[in-house]
Amino acid sequence: MARAIINLPASAKRGEIIEIKALAAHEMETGFRRTQYGAVIPRDIITSFACTYNGVEIFSADLHPAIAANPYLAFSTIATESGTIACTWTGDNGYSLTESVAISVA
Amino acid sequence: MNTDSTRRNARREFLLAAGGIAAGIALESAAAPPPIRAAASRAAASAEATQQAIRKITGAAPVNKGKVRLELPELVDNGNAVPLAVRVESPMTPTDYVKAIHVFTQKNPLPDVASFRLGPRAGRASVATRIRLADTQTVIAICELSDGSFWSGSADVVVTIAACLEEI
Amino acid sequence: MKTRIANVGPAAACFGLLAALAIPACAGEAVPPRSGYEFMGRETRAIQDDDAANPGMLWVLDGEALWNRKTGPAGRACSDCHGDARASMKGVAARYPAFDKARARPVDLEQRINLCRTEQQKEKPLAYESKDLLALTAYVGRQSRGLPIAVAEDAQTRPFLEAGREAFNRRQGQLNLSCVDCHDKHWGRRLAGNPIPQAHPTGYPIYRLEWQGVGSLQRRLRNCLTGMRAQTLDFGDPELVDLELFLMSRARGMRIETPAVRP
Repeated sequence: MARAIINLPASAKRGEIIEIKALAAHEMETGFRRTQYGAVIPRDIITSFACTYNGVEIFSADLHPAIAANPYLAFSTIATESGTIACTWTGDNGYSLTESVAISVA
Repeated sequence: MNTDSTRRNARREFLLAAGGIAAGIALESAAAPPPIRAAASRAAASAEATQQAIRKITGAAPVNKGKVRLELPELVDNGNAVPLAVRVESPMTPTDYVKAIHVFTQKNPLPDVASFRLGPRAGRASVATRIRLADTQTVIAICELSDGSFWSGSADVVVTIAACLEEI
Repeated sequence: MKTRIANVGPAAACFGLLAALAIPACAGEAVPPRSGYEFMGRETRAIQDDDAANPGMLWVLDGEALWNRKTGPAGRACSDCHGDARASMKGVAARYPAFDKARARPVDLEQRINLCRTEQQKEKPLAYESKDLLALTAYVGRQSRGLPIAVAEDAQTRPFLEAGREAFNRRQGQLNLSCVDCHDKHWGRRLAGNPIPQAHPTGYPIYRLEWQGVGSLQRRLRNCLTGMRAQTLDFGDPELVDLELFLMSRARGMRIETPAVRP
């Protein structure tokens, strides 16, 4: 099942700034909501995101409950070489997901 | 399948009881709404919490106003998902770049929203995401440059609740 | 900057609306139909416009996986009969609800998918608002994006269209409101700070920011009925399907936007 979508150009020119858009399926339960009986619904969120380009981290983020459900992040990087861009999401209750996309740089 | 009903029930009851006074979300259970004085002191407490959260990032260093631009709707369609973009004026060279961007709110239950770590490889100091806003408030972004200086920008946003709720 | 949130509770806001209704409504001049898309802020519209940012696409991708998954005792996938959905499902969502001969009444897309599941795949039907059913309807709906809505308006569907129209026009509930009161007479105005759209189901199932997830037109209609303080209908109630059919015919010619994003 689709747990995340990464969007970036399949190819780019060396030195070009490309935009990376990462969208993950996650409810981001804040920990502030209560059931109809008053019990707190425990927090369950993605807490961090990291993006690597051929193994080197180029962007990362710490996320808090104020990030909306199905968290979306858009950021940029310079296309330096062909290879793999990998995004990793980690969070509460052992949540962990990595998705990779290939990029061709000429 | 119960979504936001309890949060909204608590909020609705609080707002209806508080009458025409602009108020934040009642975070306690859906029992008797807290008195006005408590609401005012809670607002003050969260402003202090926001300052503390900012100080945790900046330490004793001064925070300059400028360079940081927040793009947010002035009136949100829904406080559950408010598109936010933060852009910082910076050449993003290996010697002059944005190290990090930190976003805070003043009236959410927690002041921290997100911290983004960039670097010269970003090419552009620009990030976008979607955030939750509990109430009409100011959103603040603090950026940390490679020379260790801090710069800030902010934007005011008006937040309403949905007119017709799913559950009473 | 002094800001004041619209903090009137929904019930009070509706009473305020009732007072406003004392003003005679404009004569029914022809109004160009406007999608709910136009009543959203620029930033929310941008979410819908970008498949990379639209959370509804997560459901569409799930739907694609389900479309190709063999299931049931015969091990059949949707694709085994229908092939590539991009071709076979093109235009389908735009003409649903559609008349079903065996049932002698229109069925909506969710019911059609479940009829296939039970009759062709010999599987249990998917529950209303289940992730899988939403994913499949989102995927099928996506194949009609950009196409004009065109449900059948003929002798067969006429009685159901009329029943839907009657439901749309009927005053009901504790506030004695009909759909017409908000969506024909007061679209474009605001209810408790939120713009009232014309109520055209152009993008279902939608990613609704209020739900923080995807939901069907029936969920939205039940939501409205609750907001109006009227007796809500169960999922799958024929009256809801009649209303869906009427709403789609009222929106004829408008482009499908599935998966739309709405506040």
